[in-house]
Formats: sequence, structure tokens, C-alpha cells
Amino acid sequence: MPVQVLKERNSSKVTSITLGATKEQGGTRTGTITVGGEASLPFLHFEGEMPNKPVIAMEVVDRVPEEWNEELKAAFEGVMDSPAAWAKKSVEEFGADMIFLKLQSADPELGNSSPEKCIETVKSVLAAVGVPLAVVGCGIDEVDNKVIAAVAEACAGENLLLGFATQENYNTIVAACMVHKHTVIAQSPLDINICKQLNILISEMGLPLDKIIIDPSIGGLGYGIEYAYSIGERGRIGTLQGDKMLALPTLGTIGFEAWKAKEANVGIDEFPGWGEQAERGILWEAVTASALLQSGLDILVMRHPEAVKLVRKNIGDLMVPNSL
Amino acid sequence: MALTGLDIYKLLPKTNCKECGNPTCLAFAMALAASKTSLDKCPHVSEQAKETLGGASAPPIKLVKVGKSGYERELGDEVVLFRHDKAFFHPTCIAIEISDMLSGTELEAKVEKVNALAFERVGQTVSIDMIAVRNDSGNPDTFANAVKAVADKTCFATVLISEDPAAMEKGLAVIGSSKPLIYAATEANYEKIVELAKKYDCPLAVKGEGLDATAALVEKVAASYKELVIDIGTRNLSQALAEMTQIRRLAIKKRFRPLGYPVIAFTASDNPRDEIMEASVYITKYASVVVMKADEKSQILPLTALRMNIYTDPQKPSQVEPKVYQIGAVTKDSPVYVTTNFSLTYYTVEGEISGSKIPSYIIACPTDGTSVLTAWAAGKFNGEKIAEFLKACGIEDMVSHRNIVIPGYVAVIKGALEEKSGWKVTVGPAEASGLPAFAKAHFA
Repeated sequence: MPVQVLKERNSSKVTSITLGATKEQGGTRTGTITVGGEASLPFLHFEGEMPNKPVIAMEVVDRVPEEWNEELKAAFEGVMDSPAAWAKKSVEEFGADMIFLKLQSADPELGNSSPEKCIETVKSVLAAVGVPLAVVGCGIDEVDNKVIAAVAEACAGENLLLGFATQENYNTIVAACMVHKHTVIAQSPLDINICKQLNILISEMGLPLDKIIIDPSIGGLGYGIEYAYSIGERGRIGTLQGDKMLALPTLGTIGFEAWKAKEANVGIDEFPGWGEQAERGILWEAVTASALLQSGLDILVMRHPEAVKLVRKNIGDLMVPNSL
Repeated sequence: MALTGLDIYKLLPKTNCKECGNPTCLAFAMALAASKTSLDKCPHVSEQAKETLGGASAPPIKLVKVGKSGYERELGDEVVLFRHDKAFFHPTCIAIEISDMLSGTELEAKVEKVNALAFERVGQTVSIDMIAVRNDSGNPDTFANAVKAVADKTCFATVLISEDPAAMEKGLAVIGSSKPLIYAATEANYEKIVELAKKYDCPLAVKGEGLDATAALVEKVAASYKELVIDIGTRNLSQALAEMTQIRRLAIKKRFRPLGYPVIAFTASDNPRDEIMEASVYITKYASVVVMKADEKSQILPLTALRMNIYTDPQKPSQVEPKVYQIGAVTKDSPVYVTTNFSLTYYTVEGEISGSKIPSYIIACPTDGTSVLTAWAAGKFNGEKIAEFLKACGIEDMVSHRNIVIPGYVAVIKGALEEKSGWKVTVGPAEASGLPAFAKAHFA
């Protein structure tokens, strides 16, 4: 008896969103990237199209992150004091689809960089690479409102991906995206209702939905990844059933979360039972990414080049068409 | 396929005798369809109806047990497609493959290495679950010898991998009483292999090629033996994901019996890192067993963590025991931190404190496994409650000072806590990631 295959008839799909802008489009990127557009659960090509593959944005910080694991720092030796060189290496040597630039030095305690200095940094990265750019602030609302607004204006037309808009602080950044033609990252704290509410608030300001990327917040492997996994699945299911306010591509800061875990960092001398640290750290990041790809993540912000390589292959393997 | 109330009604005596407690046979049928009652309530039902209906009310995915008692693993018996709908119940078993081409000390060393794949993490011990012995040699005696060497050295359940009934028979002669998983019955060998499975009363994997062929073969085998595990034979990751999703869907939503069994998956890559990536897909998407060759602790630990996370019950926040935890070589002067007993919160704090390399005490307060802000909002983590627990937990005898650090998010409780407890309160960082810098500034 042949198996009667059960295919879901999904009524809706994830909004497609293009990041970056070429010269013709008013920017300076050599290419743009489109994410989203999925009409099924992740990689179930047999019942819905997945026109765009998930992309990897490699993280670049505008100060030397001394606190990073030695293993990570070794991978970027010689370029960490120059965001432009760091970004260039990430794209040319490690194949990053995008750069995720963190303007951490704007933090008064981590350098207190002025908005002008931050603009300079962003411009230097734009000049060094041709891929689309995400730019986020240091995480202090008052500072970020000045810095990101200034960057938005100075890079008008580039269609940067700017973050983070949160429920408590979204006006300034959303307005900057509207005026200067950028896309915003709407960040919610592992809560699908707040996620949806924030998208409503932002779109009520007048920013079209195809200019919003969701950061639902994630937990790293071992530390709450299951919450992010289930929120991802619920979001995608809601999307496929027609909820427009959830139907947006998602971004997750994989590297940041994965490398917070003790399991990624402690040496084998301290924890002989856990095996060699370098391999463990790389796989901790790669498996964090893999699990969240299975729950529908579109943009993976990553750190270690070896983890990036594994995840790129995993994405490639899963983008091979399947049929039933 | 799931039966409707009307389908069931047709099989009932239709006498409306009320002995089942329902007013009519139709009402009873409706209750049965909704799984609100059981067929044994009807004293007059025919044997044929029992067989048909008994099958329909069986769990959508059969529960299959592998391994000797004490080290037994349960596979299958899942009821949902998405963990947020209820929970996943029987965690994917991780099986590490050993070739029977190894022998002597080489084989012993390999078994020892695989045996050691057990980890202490977040207060729990987790390990791999099975050792799979593969009959690469093609020789039944060589296979039996390897099986014996493994059986002598391990408690883990075993998977016997050979499509040669002669080799399988020799392997089972060694270890058949420990309930190994027999892999595999195929279109070519199933009659002989099924006889072996019956003889030794062992679970049996049925290997097909794709959904249709696998379902057809399972039907043939299941006619006489039902302790089955399915291998769809697909090793292409994308296609396997599609087929394994389909199997789970058909089993749960359509009660499609030929695919209502636990599924076994094999990694295809020869690169251990890529195997881990494949295995992580199979853990999230529906494998009950994943067999791989990767065998380094550093590679298996991330997989065990993923499995633990995916298979936690979403309705039940995981907790640590509320008490004082000692991190490092503490003394009477070591700093004291307080947090909640939500395991995620606790282990994040613990990770940072141990990372700070400054021996410290962490007090996990009883907050029913809720996080700092949730517990505070619910009145479980305020000045009064923490003061009570400071007295009850015994910290007063462990340290000679009276200084305590609270999470930055609950800075507002500082005054009340100082007043109720008499301890001097320092407000720590809001995020655990700020703890190492904080500890260095205050306690180094």
C-alpha cells in the first residue's frame, strides 16, 4: 500500500525582506541579501517553497573584546583592533554573508566613543566589504538613540539592518529607519506576545512590515535554547496560519549566547570530563545554530570561523530539495 | 487512521444495554473516539471488534524497549509533533558505532573510550545510550567475537548491525538475553531475521528504502512481530528530515500503523563535526536513536545538552534544590551571592561565578523554579522571603561576615532585606555576564 503523504496547506508565508542597497538602489553594496519568504516549516521543501537560504552574519566589535575566549580571539588575530580589517577577513576568508557590527565602544565604560567616531567606524566597514551590514549599539538606550540615529543619517540609503528596537525604546531608531531608508531589528525578550506587540507598535509608526526583522532573543545551547526553539516554532506556525504580525524573518545572536556558556569556555585541565575545549566551543556554537535553524531562524549572527563553516555546510545540505 | 465515533459504533453490539455507563452505544462510541473511556467497559463486545478497536486505541507511536534491565532505554511513545503542544517524552538515544574489524587491545581501547562518554553537567549525569557493533568484516565469527568483547566491557544497550542472518544468529547467541536492538530486517532477509528476533525476544529494526517501501516491509513484518524500530534508509539529510517529519505526522495525525514505530537514523558524513551537525537535526526532528561514529567527549557533550533541552517538559520549569552551593575552595570570608532556584538562572550564575575564579557561596532561594524578575513579581523573592531563607539555609554558620550580593534586577529589595535580615546588601549586576567583572572589583 503506497503511503498517503500528508501535506499541510499553508495559507500564508514569511515576508521576504531585502537587506543592503546597491549603487542603483541608493547604497554602496556590491550585492543585496534577501531573507524570509518561507511557505513551510523549516526545510520542508516538499510542501512549501523556501526561496531564500538562511544567512550567516559574522560579528565584528569596534573594540578589542578582551573578554572573548582565547580560541575565538586566535581566529581573528591581527585584525581585532580594526573593524574594517576584521570585517574584510570575515567576508573574504570565512565567507560571511553579512557583517554584524556592534558599536560597543560607545558604552561610556568601554571607550565612550562619540557618534562621529561610530560613523567613521561604520563607513570604514562599508568601504572594506561589499556585503550588507547590520549595525547595533552598545545596549544603553540613551547612548544608542544618539549613535544609531547618527549612523542612520550618515549612511542614508544603505538599507542597513539597525538595532535594537525594544518595547521600551523603539521610537528613535524606527524613525531613523523610516527617514533614512534602513531596516530595523525588533527585539523582544523570549516572549511571542511582546514580539507581536512590538511589530504592531513599529508598523503603526509607519515603517512597513517588510522593513522589520525580528530578534525574538535566544538562549544558547544548554541555557534556555528550548525556549527559543519553541518560540521559533510557534512563530512560524502562526505565520503559516496567516498572522501577518509574526510573519517576519528572524535573527538570533548565536555566537554571543553560545560563547557565554561555561561548556564552551572552560579548559580541559579544569574539566577533563568534557574533552578538549577548542572542539567543544566550536561545536557548542554550531549546534546552537543547527537547533535554531530547525525552528526557523533566518539570520544567524556567529563568531567562530570553524562553526560558521559547519553551519554553512548544514544549511547547504538542508537546502537540497526534498520531495514526497 | 484514527477511527471516528461512527466507525466505532458500527463495531459495537448496538443493544443500548447501558452496562458501560453510557445511555446508548452511540454515546459510548463517541466517548471512545475521544479517548474518554475504554473498550473493556463494554461486556458484550465481539472479539473481532476488540482487535480492530484495540489497535485503534493503541498509542500512535509504539513504545519499544532496548537493553538489559537497569540500563534499558525506552524509545517512541511520543504524542505530539511540537514540544510546545505537550512535551517530548523519550529522549533520542545516542549510539556510537564500533566496527568488528577492530580486535584485541584496539577493540578494548575503543570500547573503553566509548564507555567513558558520560558527563556531569548542570548537576546531572548524562551519557550516550548504546554501542552499535557493525559487521564490517562480513564474517559471522568475527562479528560474534567483537560482540562478546563489547558485551564483556559495557553496560550500555547494544545495536547489532548486520544484514546477514548467520552473523546475527552468532551475535545473538552471545548477547541475546540483554535485549540488543537487531539491525536490520530488509526485504531480502526479513523472514530469517524476524525468526531470530522472536527466538531471542529482541527489538528489531526494519530497514526499507524510502517511505513506501519501508511501510510495506513493516506491514509484512508486523503481521507476526511488533517490537519494531524503523529505518527509512535515507541518508540524505534534507530528504531524511522530510521523511522523518512525515512519519511522525502520519503516526500522530492519521494513526498510520505501518509507520507508528520509533525511528532510527544514521549520520552519513565521515567528518565527526559534520556528523554532530547531522545528529543535531535528528535529535530535534524525530529520531529515537541516532547512530554515529564521532566519539570524542568534546563532540558528544554538545549533543547531550541539546537532547536534554529539547526533551525538557515545557510546562515544568526545571529547578535546582534550594540550598547553599559552594563554588570552589570556600572559606569563612568568601563572598555570598543570592539568586533563585530556576535551574537556568542558577547555572548561568554558577557558570559566571566559577569563571571569576573567586571561591564563593551561591544561595539558591526556593522560588518554585522561577527566574529573578518573575519570582520577585510573585512575591517569592523579596526582602522577607530571602531573609527567612538566609536563616533557614545555614549560611550564618558558614561565613563569619554578613554581606550578601543580590541580582541587579531586584535592587529595590535592598532596604527591606537589610532590615529583615540584618545583612549588608550589595546590589550586583543585572545580567550574570557582569558577575566576573563585579567579583573582580569587589572581592579580588
